[in-house]
Amino acid sequence: MFELSKSQKQIVKAARDFAKGEFDKDLAYELEKSRTFPIQVWEKAADLGFIGIHYPEDHGGGGLGLLENVLITEELCHQDSALGYAISHAGFASECLALFASDEIKSRVLPQIAEGKALSGAAFSETQLGAIPLALQTSAVEQNGKWVINGEKTYVINGGAANYYILLCQTDLSVEPADKGRSLILVEADSPGIKVVDCGKNLGGNMVNTADLIFENVRVPASNLIGKIGKGTDYIQRYFDDSRIMDAAQAVGIAAGALDRTLEYTKGRVQFNRRIIDFQVTRHKIAEMATQIELSRIITYKAAWIRDNGKTDSKLCSMAKMTAAQTAVNACNHAIQMFGGYGYMTEYEVERFYRDARMIENSSGNNHIQKDIIAAGIVGKN
Amino acid sequence: MTILNYTEDHHRFRERFEKFCKEELTPFVDQWEAEHIVPKSKWKQMGENGFLCTEVPKEYGGPGGDFLHSVIIAEELVKTEHMGIMAPLHSDIVVPYISTFGSEEIKHKYLPGCASGDCISAIAMTEPGAGSDVASMEMTAVEDGDDVVINGSKTFISNGVNCDIVIVAAKDPSISNPHKAISLYLIEDGTKGFEHDKKLEKMGMHSQDTAELFFTDCRIPKSNIIGEKGNGFIQLMQKLQQERLVCSIQAIAGVEHVLEKTVNYFRNSDAAVGSIKAEQAVQFELAEMTAESRILRAFIDQLILGHMNKENVIIETSIAKYRTSEALNSIINRCLGFSGDYGLSEKNTLVRMARDARVQTIYAGTNEVMKSIIAKSLGL
Repeated sequence: MFELSKSQKQIVKAARDFAKGEFDKDLAYELEKSRTFPIQVWEKAADLGFIGIHYPEDHGGGGLGLLENVLITEELCHQDSALGYAISHAGFASECLALFASDEIKSRVLPQIAEGKALSGAAFSETQLGAIPLALQTSAVEQNGKWVINGEKTYVINGGAANYYILLCQTDLSVEPADKGRSLILVEADSPGIKVVDCGKNLGGNMVNTADLIFENVRVPASNLIGKIGKGTDYIQRYFDDSRIMDAAQAVGIAAGALDRTLEYTKGRVQFNRRIIDFQVTRHKIAEMATQIELSRIITYKAAWIRDNGKTDSKLCSMAKMTAAQTAVNACNHAIQMFGGYGYMTEYEVERFYRDARMIENSSGNNHIQKDIIAAGIVGKN
Repeated sequence: MTILNYTEDHHRFRERFEKFCKEELTPFVDQWEAEHIVPKSKWKQMGENGFLCTEVPKEYGGPGGDFLHSVIIAEELVKTEHMGIMAPLHSDIVVPYISTFGSEEIKHKYLPGCASGDCISAIAMTEPGAGSDVASMEMTAVEDGDDVVINGSKTFISNGVNCDIVIVAAKDPSISNPHKAISLYLIEDGTKGFEHDKKLEKMGMHSQDTAELFFTDCRIPKSNIIGEKGNGFIQLMQKLQQERLVCSIQAIAGVEHVLEKTVNYFRNSDAAVGSIKAEQAVQFELAEMTAESRILRAFIDQLILGHMNKENVIIETSIAKYRTSEALNSIINRCLGFSGDYGLSEKNTLVRMARDARVQTIYAGTNEVMKSIIAKSLGL
């Protein structure tokens, strides 16, 4: 458990070499500013097998585990927070397909994502959220072998850019509680009746588009139902276990990247006739950052390893996500401080690392939600 | 509850400025953030209404108010949620060098414009290689007959593009003791050899025209030295108390503004439109943050009073600058943490405040410098 296998180490090296070779500071700056997905880098990453390494081999994947995907994600985010974040989000929520969808859907969609030919996005959230037991505003009704979808989703990751959306919607309006009447449906982005409204710039993660999706009598085949009807809520909770591990991996990578840059800068900067790195408070700050990164990495790997060994532990996934995100935010925050005025300048990157880390902290449930899940795992549901 | 002696005049002044902010500043902030600068005409409008250099006496063209007027401007400006018009920097940090140390000639020449908004000011200490270590600055000021010739560059200068005058700290290379070699020089926009149009790309403060300044054989008359030659370091030290206090006032006002907004959000919660009630954990966090905010406010008001009574509160203002800037950052981020990822949309102005706040633990002396000062005051 405490050492990666030889093949895992090779994956780490390959991902590191790829990111070092292909990621570029100026490219990251331009793409973040113009809010553009890194298409060329993404295609190369897919060519080398870095997308969907955890999908089954017969559906275009690498047939490996979530831990391998964690290792790749960590390396990409380590090299650049924004490019890493974007590539990690290329197949966003496609795990829902790998986990629950029919073989027909899997063999149709997953290879395209793994090969860098399609992006996927999750249409889960709604503006008029209300309390959980309320029915979702977005509904799908079966008519003549088609799902007819109406409603509005907000903050859809890859909204407007994705080829496929994984939609959470109400398929049974009468069942109580309402969350038992929700299902997941695969929606092709080019289906007539989908209107995309850009959500605009975010604090970070700006190479990944976010948009509101308005569905007006959108029709998709009945066979686009993912898994069983009425299981949407369960599926999403199960999916979030995996996605939180991936969030944690991104956070560990971003934190490590901030530490690297801090070491480089503080070794080169002299004030009061001493290198910044030679001040004791700097060295202690470095020690704290490195310790937190190591702790976050271990809990993230453990959560992935348990998952790959056929079990799930929701509370561990939430612990990993919360801890790693906090580690990343703190590490980047300290990095900015140790860079002084330069830390506040876009050119020196750590401010972007910070903004991207903050996105992870608030996504897939903020820290309060993670604590609710962890507490539920320890003391039972409230 | 305040120990400060606000008069009816102060209250009316606050109401007037609050209205001005709502009508003349806030509606333009998005535009200024996109353009990375505030038009100079806005500064002039501030000046025409008596909102600049409130402490400058009437005989020098100022409104002749007191420091409480400055406090009001600093506090209300924070609520516009942008840092483009850094009036407190101009009025309470830069201009006091002129009004305290400047010759009568300099005072009569520049103060009326500073108060009217015709003359926007900046101060330039930091250099690419000299940040916290101010004494290691390399900019040179060499005397040549009746002139001084300035060479070097300065960076992270607020109001750097808009400035009509800049006060620069530079060294006479013929004097080896760095503390005695530094003087302050007033340089006008348009002086040959002075370039200040290189705006810097930053995490936040996008409407603020922070710039890098370049001086190449920039020749100014000797009479543009502020005060006595060689007194630069002492002058800088003397003005730090007010600088740190002004930073602290802005930070605590920011804390109060963010908490008020967040509490109002939860108080007006409406499940029908997606806003939520504050659950117990949120309530406790808001209680913790409110406690911190109130305690800091009591400290800051005490310092304002002490400062106005000409007491030496330099250590206390260093403590305040450190503690309020940390609180501002942590409280904005905790409040942002209550929302999900959609809460980090730039449409949420708290996001802009978070980006703007981040520099406050760095500028006007980093918090590491503040801690060094505090430790030294303890005899360590």
